[in-house]
Amino acid sequence: MNPRLLEIRQGVLSKNDERAAKLRERFLKVGILALNIVSSPGAGKTLFLKQTMEKLIAQDYKVGALVGDLQTDNDARFLAKSGAPVRQIETAGNCHLEAALIDNYLADWDLTGFDFFFIENVGNLVCPANYDLGESLRVVLLSTTEGEDKPLKYPPMFHSADVCIISKIDLAAAVEFDHEAAYENIHAVHPMMPVIEVSAKTGTGMQDWLDFLQTQKQKIVGAKRASPNGVQTN
Amino acid sequence: MRAKEHVTTMHELSIAINLVEVAEAAVQHLNVARVESVHLRLGVFSGVVADSLFFAYDIATEGTLLAGSSLVIEVVPLVIYCPKCEIEHELNNIQLLECPGCGTASNEIRQGKEIEIAYLEVADEPSIT
Repeated sequence: MNPRLLEIRQGVLSKNDERAAKLRERFLKVGILALNIVSSPGAGKTLFLKQTMEKLIAQDYKVGALVGDLQTDNDARFLAKSGAPVRQIETAGNCHLEAALIDNYLADWDLTGFDFFFIENVGNLVCPANYDLGESLRVVLLSTTEGEDKPLKYPPMFHSADVCIISKIDLAAAVEFDHEAAYENIHAVHPMMPVIEVSAKTGTGMQDWLDFLQTQKQKIVGAKRASPNGVQTN
Repeated sequence: MRAKEHVTTMHELSIAINLVEVAEAAVQHLNVARVESVHLRLGVFSGVVADSLFFAYDIATEGTLLAGSSLVIEVVPLVIYCPKCEIEHELNNIQLLECPGCGTASNEIRQGKEIEIAYLEVADEPSIT
């Protein structure tokens, strides 16, 4: 018998996309802005995240995090010093996080009352680009120490992000970081993407980043309560 | 499965495993004896490398309904929509998302991100060979 053609027309990652959509719904329903943080290894995700969470907690926000790594729970222990509840996902060699993993790790986690939820992805600029984790915002870090051409080497990842953080800005002069080239490359693969320069170490630019976070939270999740300063936010 | 462990970190292997799951689910309730080939539409802006996917495919299909089948990849070019020219443009350079006609930057990707099974070639009876 001759072979016949069977039309499928289905995305290979459609299962992940469906699971991610449900997660996003769960986050938004309880008023959480969920963020997926991606970068190459060593771009400074963990320190950046720790400082971000500390500052948000200081402003009375409730935050939590899931952190993915190939091995070890070092990052989770370091992040927990911020005072936020943190869980480690050891991916046992897998190069990215998937929505099902996030879902499993959040199954028994009561998310009521949380404002921000951070998912620190595995350090990798290829694989995580394809996997929606249910986040409302994807944040890509580009450190001044790794070269301005990273966006050109990984266009899908930089295109998939909603905001680009140029990290380790305190080292810019020492490594002769070319600001103009960096912005040009970022905007070549993702026109008009917001870019924020920060140093988690010195605190430079962190306020701009926190302002951005709060604006996005209002925009995406809506102002569900008065701001921590007691001022009505809308 | 030593070989499988060895390449677990490879991105394309996860993609191949997902591909097998989707294809198997599609033929599960049909009277299909064998899958001859899987036709995949792969966008140049998907981040997935075709060569690596071919390699991973053989590993991922082992012991499944798709074992022995071939993978056929249709490469989908990057196409953006230019809001100024009001026209779609195919881009040769995936590192610059701007209209080749007027130079207007555009985030409106119309094609090129696909990782999609278009169709399967199946046999309803086991082959005589």
